[in-house]
Amino acid sequence: MNTRVLVTWTLIAAVAGLPGPASAQGVPKLQYEKRTLPNGLELILHEDHSTPIVVVNTWYKVGSGDEKAGRTGFAHLFEHVMFMGSENVPVGQFDKWLEAAGGNNNGSTTEDRTNYYESMPSNALPLALWLDADRMGHLLPVMDQAKLDLQRDVVKNERRQRVENVPYGKWNETVLAALFPATHPYHWPVVGSMEDLSAASLDDVKQFFRTYYAPNNATLVIAGDFNRDSAITWVNRYFGAIPRGPQLPPRPSVPVVTIPRDTFLVLEDRVTLPRVYENWKGERIYHENDAPLDILASVLAGDKNARLSKRLVFDMQVAQDVVAFNNSTKLDGYFTVWVTPKPGQTPAKMAAIVREEIDKVVKDGITPRELARAQNARRTSFLDQIASVLGKSDRLAEYNYFAGTPDWIQQDAARYDRVTAADVQRVAAQYLTKPKVVLTVVPQGKKDLMVMGGTE
Amino acid sequence: MTQATATPAPRPAPAPPRSYQFPRFERSTLPNGMRLVVAPVTKLPLVTVIAVVEAGASVEPAGKEGVAALTARLLPEGAAGMDGAALAERFEQIGASVESHADWDVTAVSLTALTKQLPAALALVRDLLRAPEFPEREVARLKEERLAELLQQRTEPRGLADEHFSHALYQPSARYASPADGDTSSVKALTRADVRAFYAARYRPAATTLVVAGDVTMADAAALARDLFGDWVGERPTPAPAGIDAVQGGRLARVVAKADAPQSELRVGHRGILRTAPDYFDTMVMNAVLGGLFSSRINLNLREAHGYTYGAFSAFEWRRGAGPFFVSTAVKSDVTAAAVQEILGEIDRMRREEIGADELTLATSYLDGVFPIRYETTAAIAAALANLVIHELPDDYYDRYRDRVRAVTTRGVLQAAQQHLHPDELRIVVVGDPTVIAAALGEVAGVGAEVVSADALERRA
Repeated sequence: MNTRVLVTWTLIAAVAGLPGPASAQGVPKLQYEKRTLPNGLELILHEDHSTPIVVVNTWYKVGSGDEKAGRTGFAHLFEHVMFMGSENVPVGQFDKWLEAAGGNNNGSTTEDRTNYYESMPSNALPLALWLDADRMGHLLPVMDQAKLDLQRDVVKNERRQRVENVPYGKWNETVLAALFPATHPYHWPVVGSMEDLSAASLDDVKQFFRTYYAPNNATLVIAGDFNRDSAITWVNRYFGAIPRGPQLPPRPSVPVVTIPRDTFLVLEDRVTLPRVYENWKGERIYHENDAPLDILASVLAGDKNARLSKRLVFDMQVAQDVVAFNNSTKLDGYFTVWVTPKPGQTPAKMAAIVREEIDKVVKDGITPRELARAQNARRTSFLDQIASVLGKSDRLAEYNYFAGTPDWIQQDAARYDRVTAADVQRVAAQYLTKPKVVLTVVPQGKKDLMVMGGTE
Repeated sequence: MTQATATPAPRPAPAPPRSYQFPRFERSTLPNGMRLVVAPVTKLPLVTVIAVVEAGASVEPAGKEGVAALTARLLPEGAAGMDGAALAERFEQIGASVESHADWDVTAVSLTALTKQLPAALALVRDLLRAPEFPEREVARLKEERLAELLQQRTEPRGLADEHFSHALYQPSARYASPADGDTSSVKALTRADVRAFYAARYRPAATTLVVAGDVTMADAAALARDLFGDWVGERPTPAPAGIDAVQGGRLARVVAKADAPQSELRVGHRGILRTAPDYFDTMVMNAVLGGLFSSRINLNLREAHGYTYGAFSAFEWRRGAGPFFVSTAVKSDVTAAAVQEILGEIDRMRREEIGADELTLATSYLDGVFPIRYETTAAIAAALANLVIHELPDDYYDRYRDRVRAVTTRGVLQAAQQHLHPDELRIVVVGDPTVIAAALGEVAGVGAEVVSADALERRA
């Protein structure tokens, strides 16, 4: 995911999570009301009056998954352009007016969607709605080459800051290019390539806006402390006159992803310790094996008693860190385990132990206690996500888009409660014994540290 | 598609804000000197606990830099007869995960749990604080992990820039000159005996405050605290020595060499001020205008006018001693000198002329408006209370906060800038490619740029 600004520097204090409760506590239902305006704009309302703050979170159903080779990074670049002013909002005033009202804002782009949110004192709600409506309805009359060029430079710097000038920063795009075929839109990273960013034209901006930034391709979530009737009145007033856009083009057809044989890659980077990334094909979000794969990732490296963490970091003390995650998105997914060996240890040794631990899960399964621990952690993470109104607005928007209804958090949580130890053993065998993409990131001149087939 | 052509609605003016009050809280002190701060917040059946111990890096003995962080990290690795795995299991069974870390001023042990688990959670916090075991094996592991982290940092521009900036700012003998978690030579030398000695000297009831925020009453929290900590004994330890924040002074420009870097990581700053300074609010608003907001002068200049960067900000880092004031950004290599010039220009402008009334209003209404958003959860409320404790702020601090922000004037901002921004004292540290940036940087800085290697601090050690 790429965001418009790094969140670390905003003045807002980090809202620490709502840790907690083990199996005794279920995940509460999120109350909501959903309506659709005549122009197709979806509106989702969720009231929470506990603190006098409100969030407006607008999701557009477009992401880097709608891009084509040669035009990568465009959805995210466009997200930046959306802050450069609209017909009634001069350049720079979007942020100034919001900040003067006590509000924070940001935008983010993923493979599948783009969102924009404002979080502010409840009395500023009409201002945020008006600002969002102006850029949805009146962006192009004031769009010009200079605005595009400026944000192109900002985004190129974002790419330098997040990818090119960060140790290991190029691992993900390297792996994506090997996991997904060239004709698959997950073949490239959300931020795109420097060449493609350079190639983006003003016509591309205009065409993209006309195609995707129409009310009938957007969902507006309002969450927090507001009066329902007033909010609906304001939404109708500001968004109601924006005309419906044309029929959305079909999403690019996606080739079937298969990894026929193990692929071993090496990347020299300015790092002091090597790191090995093992990657397998996974599944799309909410696939029946998605939740078991998430639980498997927790069992492998979710906490200090997880199998790989305990063995590599705490018992053998040979790894600096170990990470496992299941990444599932709209079209497909992948499963990754990475290990950074301590000085003097080799990536090949790490890879061999990862293999051993996976094989143990495949052969012997996991214990009820391991399953319960992973499920409890998952339940806690659901509660974390709804500790703030911003988090709740994201849940409602995400379920609306990916599950077809905002009312899905309990069903989502239930997917994890239903996972059995046998499921985890089954998906370990089904996915993590298949051909994989193995990338070793090594210090300059240390290609001999690369993990290769047969070294395990 | 055609754009909407109807005359758009005018920009709505804000309605009057709904009232908001920072949660009420109470204080009490046990006979052994341990203090208690309790904020009953009944939004959810949850409670956050933060045990604040005056055992930060600034009270470490000379030569033992990093022992505070190591001690804090060791607390959950063995206590009261349980090893790290068993403790993790116990915390997990009550649905809480515990964090234990040290910063410059304090060690904080924190967790959030369901209210009904509070007694069990606090009993575990008691075990960590009063019966830690510091297993030799875990001492060795955590030392090795810190050393590997320092090794990794040699190629990580952000951490490297921070470390070199502190080193360039403070006197070599000042504690703030080296990393809070210790550098390679100090960490290598640490032993289990050092950890035990630091623990014995610093973990005392009279140096500890228990902050509790959530669905709990003062009476219940106080009864639990008495049961678990009432028989803990020990005198209040000595405060941090003077001189931890002594600076070198003068302007400096230094390039930390990173060959072929596509970007330069910049830190430009000098000694900041004490948190207890009488013009704290003027200074905070001044910084908001200079580089604290998205719409601040530095960010708008470097990012939105020039496209040099993805973001730029300025900050005063608040510690009990004088932490740094600094501007931080990462810019494309070939505009490094130009970016530094813009930063120097913005600092000068801040001192030269009063800010516009619109800029003042933007900053103060932002700080005023965003205030309730900061305290949405029990964890955020507890952290705010811990800040009161760490910086010894008055009990009505949060109640008066918004009034004091609104009382700041353009004149006060100018005075704060003139008193607390020092162009002649700026230490300019850049992690980047010296062949591209050093010459032009030296010219802009007016002092010539020295070039050091990324591992310069390592070899010094």
